[in-house]
Amino acid sequence: MNPETLAIVVSYATPLVFAVIGETITEKSGVVNLSLDGSMLLSAMTAFAVSFTTGNFVLGLIAGGLISSNLALIVAFSSIRLRLNQIAVGIVLTLLATKLSAFLGQDFVRKPGPSVKDLHIPILGDIPVIGPILFEQNLLVYSSYILIGVSYWFIFYTRHGLNLQSIGERPEAAYARGIDVNKLRYFYTALGGFLVGLGGAAFSLDVKLGWSDGHIINFGWIALAIVIFGGWHPVRAALGCYLFAVLQLFALKLQPVLPQLSQVLPIIPFPLMIMTLLFINHRKIQHLVLKNNGFGRFISGRAPSSLGESFQRL
Amino acid sequence: MSLKLLNITKRFGTILANHNISVEIGEGEIHGLLGENGAGKSTLVNIISGSLVTDSGTVELDGNYLDLSSPTDAIESGIGILHQEPLVFLPFSIIDNFLAGLPKSRDFDRTAVRDAIGEISQEYGFDLDPDAIASTLTIGERQQLEIARLLWMGARVLILDEPTTAISEDQRENLFATIKRLAASGMSVIFVSHKLEEIQSICNRVTVLRKGELVDTLTVPCPASDLIDLMFGGYKQSTPQSQTVLGENVLVLDAISAKDENGTIDDVSCRFSEGEIIGLAGLEGAGQRILLRSISGLTNPFSGTLIFEGADISHYPYSWYIENGFHYLPADREGEGLIQGLTITEHFALAESQGAKTIDWGKSTQLAQDKIHEYSIRGTVNSKPEDLSGGNQQRLLLALMPANLSVLSMEHPTRGLDIESAEWVWNELLERSKGGTTIIFSSSDLEELISFSDRILVCFAGGIIGDISAKATTPHDIGSLIGGIEI
Repeated sequence: MNPETLAIVVSYATPLVFAVIGETITEKSGVVNLSLDGSMLLSAMTAFAVSFTTGNFVLGLIAGGLISSNLALIVAFSSIRLRLNQIAVGIVLTLLATKLSAFLGQDFVRKPGPSVKDLHIPILGDIPVIGPILFEQNLLVYSSYILIGVSYWFIFYTRHGLNLQSIGERPEAAYARGIDVNKLRYFYTALGGFLVGLGGAAFSLDVKLGWSDGHIINFGWIALAIVIFGGWHPVRAALGCYLFAVLQLFALKLQPVLPQLSQVLPIIPFPLMIMTLLFINHRKIQHLVLKNNGFGRFISGRAPSSLGESFQRL
Repeated sequence: MSLKLLNITKRFGTILANHNISVEIGEGEIHGLLGENGAGKSTLVNIISGSLVTDSGTVELDGNYLDLSSPTDAIESGIGILHQEPLVFLPFSIIDNFLAGLPKSRDFDRTAVRDAIGEISQEYGFDLDPDAIASTLTIGERQQLEIARLLWMGARVLILDEPTTAISEDQRENLFATIKRLAASGMSVIFVSHKLEEIQSICNRVTVLRKGELVDTLTVPCPASDLIDLMFGGYKQSTPQSQTVLGENVLVLDAISAKDENGTIDDVSCRFSEGEIIGLAGLEGAGQRILLRSISGLTNPFSGTLIFEGADISHYPYSWYIENGFHYLPADREGEGLIQGLTITEHFALAESQGAKTIDWGKSTQLAQDKIHEYSIRGTVNSKPEDLSGGNQQRLLLALMPANLSVLSMEHPTRGLDIESAEWVWNELLERSKGGTTIIFSSSDLEELISFSDRILVCFAGGIIGDISAKATTPHDIGSLIGGIEI
């Protein structure tokens, strides 16, 4: 594969990176926001509509993030305050937001609109091979790199990140140490939702310009799967996104060569990812890494123990 | 450092979990808190550690009133609690367990914590690798981790809530050595337990709670029988109500051994006659629960034989036991005995419609209606177990029993029940016994055991160390046996 193709892979994976890291943060706090597919659609539509109307893509991005953030808050509120099942609320919201995006986006279907412009980064962009792949991109893609690094550092190396992990892991113990579990859960669900919204916006403003029904081609569901593949670790999750994009592109390239397999190729990423998970979760592999270092964390990839459970003090 | 509790009262609904409890714990004192399950120990320590807010009464530390409205308030005042299951974050390293939820006033500094862990480990003889993941530690090491963390947080009063439940003998010795060292350095320790020998071996003084009340505070050492009298309550002489005419041996246990998460029994032999009422006495966890479950077919013994009407039934499936009139009523009526979320009608439909393909709701509702009336259950056909009081749950459980029973195993028939319900339950059970049902029950109430049993079996550490006629015994004798002293 030549650098141009790999550059496409990187840009194609960018919406997924935003969504997957957003959901990883939400789930680290113990809340499952299953509405990703609907949220991303609605924010893709909103981002495009706002950019189209105002001519300003930054406003579009913000609007996309905010709408998704609000949907996420509905999940948090119904779980924390109303004590409803997060799975049920998430699925209902997915359906609602999907239909809503189709209905509200009618006027914007297949219209040309603004997009995020490419931006060459001096020096870094001139590095052979890597330069053209990573640094001949646009601001959104560059932000996604920063997001991967910052979220990793935040979760594992800061006080707030440790508190975030603790409320998803064992809220009663976190509470006993003075952490306001539910307040933080609201906050991180909203923050995660905002990032998911940026993922949706990255679609309509960059990867697949414009708006049409079902615009994000089920990337919301794929993102949910990659969160699990990523073992709730932002770097591993981001690698999952790139792996997915590579495999998709690979399948696309192979279609003319192997036309008889054209129906099979696009679904190859999924069994492959399941195999990888099976391998990584093997007892012997896991046993190698029961140590508190970066690699151990990267491999172990356990779900937060209290994922999906609501918390109430004694 | 002295901790003073004054008139602590806490009520849950109609139940008084703590009533006017006053205790003072001095500097360097190890103070035991003893009582059966449900005596109010947990409520009291939850109040001191800020997890529960008291209805009335005060907590004072060194003469200062404490406002304990959250666990943070408690630890900031210097009161730390080691929970029965240590509240550690299993996927975190020991360092991260120290740092999670760190107060804003303290620096987030991994190097400093690493040093602190080293220092505390050295001082108290702990073996804590700061980088080890908590899930790889034994329960004993997790306790050390929590104790070290509480010390680091500045705890001057340490509460240990049933700390020996899940640890080995060696770990227990280590823990006790640690507790003694902590006390020697001036810390006040509250040691919660229902195990007499632990209280005897480690505490300076002990406070006994029963049914939410403080019974007495004694200086240790003191005779075990005194503690048992206090725990189980004084005995008021009343006429034994059981006048059973004994039939033939129906059920014989021959060298039964069984083991599961409910406990262990080892080489237990005994025999039960038709219509006999047998009380099982003993401390919590001495083997009564698994014995009752083995008799009713829920747990098959791994060795020994269980003979019913001449046949060896020890390896028969539970379904056989049900078909042959065995029945089991657990102590956890709401969680294990009944099904939360199902109405009374649905409970009867479930109990009666076995084998039928469809449910006749009209009939089930009528049945539920009749039984509610007959057993005077305070509830409607649409009430769910969680809406019923303990007494009414027990009435419902009795109403659900099949008409013809050969052996009924029952845990704590009247625990938590008001006097009226308790009397009612026993009338019902005595009726059953007259009809030929063998009743085997466990209880921690000496008065109940002596009044209603024909025979009392005393369980101790997985075996039966006493088989005595209820009419020829005294509470004192049973008390001694419960404490493991053979007569």
